Amino acid sequence: MRTPFTLRLFQSMPRGGWIALAIFAAVAWIGVPVAHLALPESHPLHVFAYTVSLLGKILCYMVVAVAMDLIWGYAGILSLGHGLFFALGGYAFGMYLMRQIGRDGSYGAELPDFMVFLDWKELPWYWAGSDSLLWALFLVVALPGLVAFVFGWFAFRSRIKGVYFSIITQALTYAAMLLFFRNETGFGGNNGFTDFKRILGYDITSPGMRVTLFALSAALLIACLVLGRYLVTSRFGRVLAAIRDAESRVMFIGYNPLHYKLFMWTLSAMLCGLAGALYVPQVGIINPSEMSPANSIEIAVWVAVGGRGTLVGAVLGAGIVNLAKSVFTVYLPEYWPFVLGFLFIVVTLYLPDGVVGLWRKLRARRAAAALDDASAAAGAGLSAAIGGAPAEVPATERQAARSTADTPIAKGANA
Amino acid sequence: MFGPTKRQWCIAAVLCVLMALAALPARAALDPALVQGLGGDFNARVAAIDALGVAGGDEAAALLDALEGGRLGTVDGRLVVIAPDGLRDATSGEALAADAGAATRITVNNRLRRAIGTARAALALSSAQPAQRLAAADTLRENASPALLPVLARALAAEQDDAVRAVLRYATAKLELASPDPALRLKAAQALGGSSDAAVKNLLAALLEKRGDGAAATWVEADAEVRAAAAASMRAIDRRIGLAQTAGTLFSGLSLGSILLLAALGLAITYGVMGVINMAHGELLMVGAYATFLVQGAFRSHLPEYLDLYVLAAIPAAFLAAALVGIAMERLVLRHLYGRPLESLLATWGLSLVLIQAARVLFGPQNLELANPSWMSGGVELAGGVVLPYNRIVILGFAAFVLVLIWLMMQKTRLGMFVRAVTQNRPMAGCVGVPTARVDTLAFAIGSGVAGLGGLALSQIANVGPAMGTGYIVDAFMVVVLGGVGQLAGAVWAALGLGIVAKFLEGWAGAVVAKILVLVFIIAFIQKRPQGIFALKGRFADS
Repeated sequence: MRTPFTLRLFQSMPRGGWIALAIFAAVAWIGVPVAHLALPESHPLHVFAYTVSLLGKILCYMVVAVAMDLIWGYAGILSLGHGLFFALGGYAFGMYLMRQIGRDGSYGAELPDFMVFLDWKELPWYWAGSDSLLWALFLVVALPGLVAFVFGWFAFRSRIKGVYFSIITQALTYAAMLLFFRNETGFGGNNGFTDFKRILGYDITSPGMRVTLFALSAALLIACLVLGRYLVTSRFGRVLAAIRDAESRVMFIGYNPLHYKLFMWTLSAMLCGLAGALYVPQVGIINPSEMSPANSIEIAVWVAVGGRGTLVGAVLGAGIVNLAKSVFTVYLPEYWPFVLGFLFIVVTLYLPDGVVGLWRKLRARRAAAALDDASAAAGAGLSAAIGGAPAEVPATERQAARSTADTPIAKGANA
Repeated sequence: MFGPTKRQWCIAAVLCVLMALAALPARAALDPALVQGLGGDFNARVAAIDALGVAGGDEAAALLDALEGGRLGTVDGRLVVIAPDGLRDATSGEALAADAGAATRITVNNRLRRAIGTARAALALSSAQPAQRLAAADTLRENASPALLPVLARALAAEQDDAVRAVLRYATAKLELASPDPALRLKAAQALGGSSDAAVKNLLAALLEKRGDGAAATWVEADAEVRAAAAASMRAIDRRIGLAQTAGTLFSGLSLGSILLLAALGLAITYGVMGVINMAHGELLMVGAYATFLVQGAFRSHLPEYLDLYVLAAIPAAFLAAALVGIAMERLVLRHLYGRPLESLLATWGLSLVLIQAARVLFGPQNLELANPSWMSGGVELAGGVVLPYNRIVILGFAAFVLVLIWLMMQKTRLGMFVRAVTQNRPMAGCVGVPTARVDTLAFAIGSGVAGLGGLALSQIANVGPAMGTGYIVDAFMVVVLGGVGQLAGAVWAALGLGIVAKFLEGWAGAVVAKILVLVFIIAFIQKRPQGIFALKGRFADS
């Protein structure tokens, strides 16, 4: 008899995880709103508008990191183009926000300012329906999903993987960035979209809206974590991890990796799109530089810092790196690139499993020191409760990079 | 500008005869009849000035000077020069008894001044300096009057300089096209077909237009035969300009390809040998460019007399600087990440961030512009204003030189053999005694050094700045991916092909769209041939 879905969902996460999520939800949905809205500014527990926006932004980044981890950590596919999906979601929602400005733009025209500036008389066809929130939300998910599906279908069908895949995704986001930089593309060129006024008629700068967006971001993150956790502990997740570790073997058993990879890839892109849509109103701007290869590769470092192959790691990594970035860009902007650069190097050299891996190692060591070697196994059990599937570095990635579909058997299986 | 009237043509005809007379041996003094017009009304004066231009000679020049300086006058209808010491006859130069006050000065207006300038230019056509002749011809091409046709014909016959000849031919044809004689116009329209100048094409195009509106419109050129000849000539010019532009595009494509090749050669080696995507490769270009900048600075302060040779001295400097950085990268970071290509990719990205920021701190964030040595500035001019700059030609040759060196290194030396062996099969190479670790380091050093040379080349045609490498890294990767991993031949074909395709697309669709199309093309290409154009042959088991 099959276990009911709700039960499987509940079982996918250990109790500690649910408790942590509940605490997080309580803070994000009750604690922060109350601290921001109800407490006076002089109160020591008051959360300032800047902080709410910053935290909301980081929550969006965390969603992106989880999406990245799902495809990189669990499927072994390093995407250097996730910034594209994030930005596409942002642009899709940005179109709605631009239409919400109405006649309050600096030209007082029905069209968005940049179109007036370009002397356009009417909206391009792809802006049709952009004044509807529902259509915008549909686009936010569908657009990155469609791009990812088409690209992934071609790429995975040809069994492109490893560094080849990474480089091509980077080229993809680079090409998209160049495209969006053009004024004629119809998305505001260099400047992108900015100067948003309202959502559904409500002022976008009001404290209430700020807190709502923050709570929505938190909700998205929680949903992502639950969904991700469910997926990676399901049979689907196991096949995916198997593909990551030995794709040919999985094929010989009779699975077609294409469907598994493509599903996870598209889902990951959609999650990024949602994160982008929540990010744009909180930051107040979206422009093509979000699609620059540097941004996409930074997403990878968040996951690497936290520890890939664990969802908690992705969240932690995004939080740590972005908080550090916020601090550094305020106090020591000169040194941030150094810190980020060395972070890339140090993490890959010394912390292959990120912060979570370090934590596990320390726990295991302490447990071993405190008890006898017999209790070391218990430590491993504990650590499994924190993260999930152990992150393994596929030893065969190297050969995969060298030559892809070369063996006749593999080709036959593919066909 | 005034179109020549019938009257002026008559004057011109008369003057031609006069000129023939004046050209006879005895040219000691000017013919009084020639200059008599200067005393008449403005039209007569202009005709006389033109005649002076046709006649040429020092006396004519002196007379023009006097006219422009307001030192020419008339006494009883006789043309005189008003000198400080009295009056002199304008043609014979004999002193006159009459008082200076008795002379009526000839006033000069703007129209006359322009005519004088043109006449001066006609005189200057016989100058010994090609630059002066060119300047004179340029003046004439704008304001020559029909009266000057004979001068142009004479100058054209004697002229050796191609640039001057082209301008003179243009000036002549322009005058002839305006002639009332259809035969002359036909001849001119046909002769212009030999030109490759866009300005000439515009001249011809003007003939094929209609004046006026609707049914009342008349052709600018009345004669149908002349129109047909003009159209044919226009087609010939178009063809020639099109050819030159195609050659120019091809050249800039090759030039871009040579830069891509220099950037990709090193990458092909390091990626081939170690399977490591070096995201900091673009920064090795930057290191090479800054090394060139430092060498230039050293030459400027210590050996200013040899400044032109700094580029040559920068070759080893750029190579060594980039190679040293490369060795450090390999030893400190990449060595520990073998077998983990995705992590290497991230680590080298981190290295690139550090290098860019280091350059920003050390040299400042602004772009530096390096001066080309004098022997690298200028260029070869093709038809239709297409110029092939020398610095790009030199870089093309330099890329070929580096390519040959690398090829020799790979094919003829022991190290090259080791590199190829490790590229093909690392474990087997190790088994038969190839010191793979040392080969890795050396290959990385050479690959980085070549990138440094690419930076040197780049510094001669583009700005040097901390982020200069990032713009080329994606393209360089595309070259490597397209050409096939570790394949020199593949890299060459891919680099040149990409360069040329990109430039032709650029002409057709604009730079940004071209870039997007190229990227899309590569993504599509990889679908078909994931191993690039030139795949390694051998038994490579997939994961």
